[in-house]
Amino acid sequence: MAALLSVRDLHVSYGAIKAVRGISFDINEGEIVTLIGANGAGKSTTLNTVAGLIKPESGSVELEGTSLVGVPAHKVLQRGLALCPEGRRVFTQMTVAENLEMGGYTRSDAENRETLERVYAHFPRLKERRGQIAGTLSGGEQQMLAMGRALMSRPRLLMLDEPSMGLAPILVQEIFEIVKQLNASGTTILLVEQNANMALSVADRAYVLEIGTIKKTGTGADLLVDDDVRKAYLGG
Amino acid sequence: MDGVALIVSQVLNGLQLGSIYALVALGYTMVYGIILLLNFAHGDIIMAGAYILWIILAQLGLNPVIAMLLAVLGCTALGVLIDKVAYAPLRNAPRLSVLITAIGVSYFLENGAQLVFGADAKVVPSFAPVSNIQVGGLSLSFVALVTVLVTAASTIVLTFLVQKTKLGKAMRAVSEDMGAARLMGVNVNNTITFTFAVGSALAGIGAVLYVMAYPQATPTMGMMLGTKAFVAAVLGGIGSIPGAVVGAMLVGFAEVFVSAIGLSVWRDAVVFLLLIVVLIVRPTGIFGRTMSEKV
Repeated sequence: MAALLSVRDLHVSYGAIKAVRGISFDINEGEIVTLIGANGAGKSTTLNTVAGLIKPESGSVELEGTSLVGVPAHKVLQRGLALCPEGRRVFTQMTVAENLEMGGYTRSDAENRETLERVYAHFPRLKERRGQIAGTLSGGEQQMLAMGRALMSRPRLLMLDEPSMGLAPILVQEIFEIVKQLNASGTTILLVEQNANMALSVADRAYVLEIGTIKKTGTGADLLVDDDVRKAYLGG
Repeated sequence: MDGVALIVSQVLNGLQLGSIYALVALGYTMVYGIILLLNFAHGDIIMAGAYILWIILAQLGLNPVIAMLLAVLGCTALGVLIDKVAYAPLRNAPRLSVLITAIGVSYFLENGAQLVFGADAKVVPSFAPVSNIQVGGLSLSFVALVTVLVTAASTIVLTFLVQKTKLGKAMRAVSEDMGAARLMGVNVNNTITFTFAVGSALAGIGAVLYVMAYPQATPTMGMMLGTKAFVAAVLGGIGSIPGAVVGAMLVGFAEVFVSAIGLSVWRDAVVFLLLIVVLIVRPTGIFGRTMSEKV
């Protein structure tokens, strides 16, 4: 089976600093795949490159065999890849409903009305707060809004960058429950996390990144009990 | 009765002048709101509009309606052209580079106009249908009334555009977080160009109304007008649409008031004095938010 997204020997630099040094990975339709690793391992850089925000130095990024390298971010979205960025980055001066509307920017009004119902079904709290200015939401609600906004484009692949960052443990649980739900309802997910424990427990497969290279790969369940991974990322 | 008539006509003068500043200030504030650029060439768009009117009315002798339409269209096209040629290549450059470019574009337009049309003022034939209309025993300036009404309508249309339409929402999204807007599928470059188009169209409307009241064109006429509109935008809180209108009205009324009490030589000075006071008391302007740093 051909992969939905296939990344080969990707190199990305910020000036003289090499952030990603030749990583390769695949994501198949219907999977949850996670990239875990410490701060500075190159996880976010990888996502931003796939999303078209950064141009890679070399290597290939292919969505079902079509290259995404050099495609600008606003067109990558139209090909079916949505990135829910690190730090949520909701439009704080717009209402919840307007944020979701921006998420469906490339879709028709009719499609958006339909998707909106689905998003509200996953995130009932967003429906309650649809008229509220996004900047006044709590961190957890903003994360939900950022995820809902990304879903509005009806992505084939949803990329989540650190969805648990800065959230209370109970909210982290809730967010990961929703990630599982979204996947169960047919969305393929690429998840980047520092919270390796949570990420591995929901992921079908995982890649461990260290200073820009892939150190290990396996199923989420296997890596959860892997000695090296436990020592490095799961606190023993 | 004379006293009432005087007050009414002075208020109308203030509204008229304020309206013209408002139309220009809106362009400043919108462009600043989206790319944090003080577009110093914005005032010169008015000058271009005035010359378009002069060419069509004085040289070609065409219908005033055509002249007005072409002036607005010409200003819009010029604004888009300036963005594409001068600013778009600098989208990722430091802000200072773009600012310096804006000053360069302004000089280019002013000196270009002087080269083509000469330094002396070109008189634009009057194209207002009537000069005064009678309202309840008062004789009011037709041009002033039209100016106020057109500005009010333009502001309402603009507010609707920015608040309710898809493009307007994209503009607001880009102004808050360009990267996130890209991730929504917004073509940021086109959105910025569209903002220039809207701002320049408003300046074009301003040019038509200004020339209706002061029927001439000179190469540097946009300089003081642009500077005062810029002051108005800063007074109101740059980046804010209602702020631009309120700031412009303040500037307009301040000027008219100073002239009315017989101190007309001070009319420019009072505008800048107002700016200094606001910058000391409330540096973000009347409607300005303390903006959080963009990351």
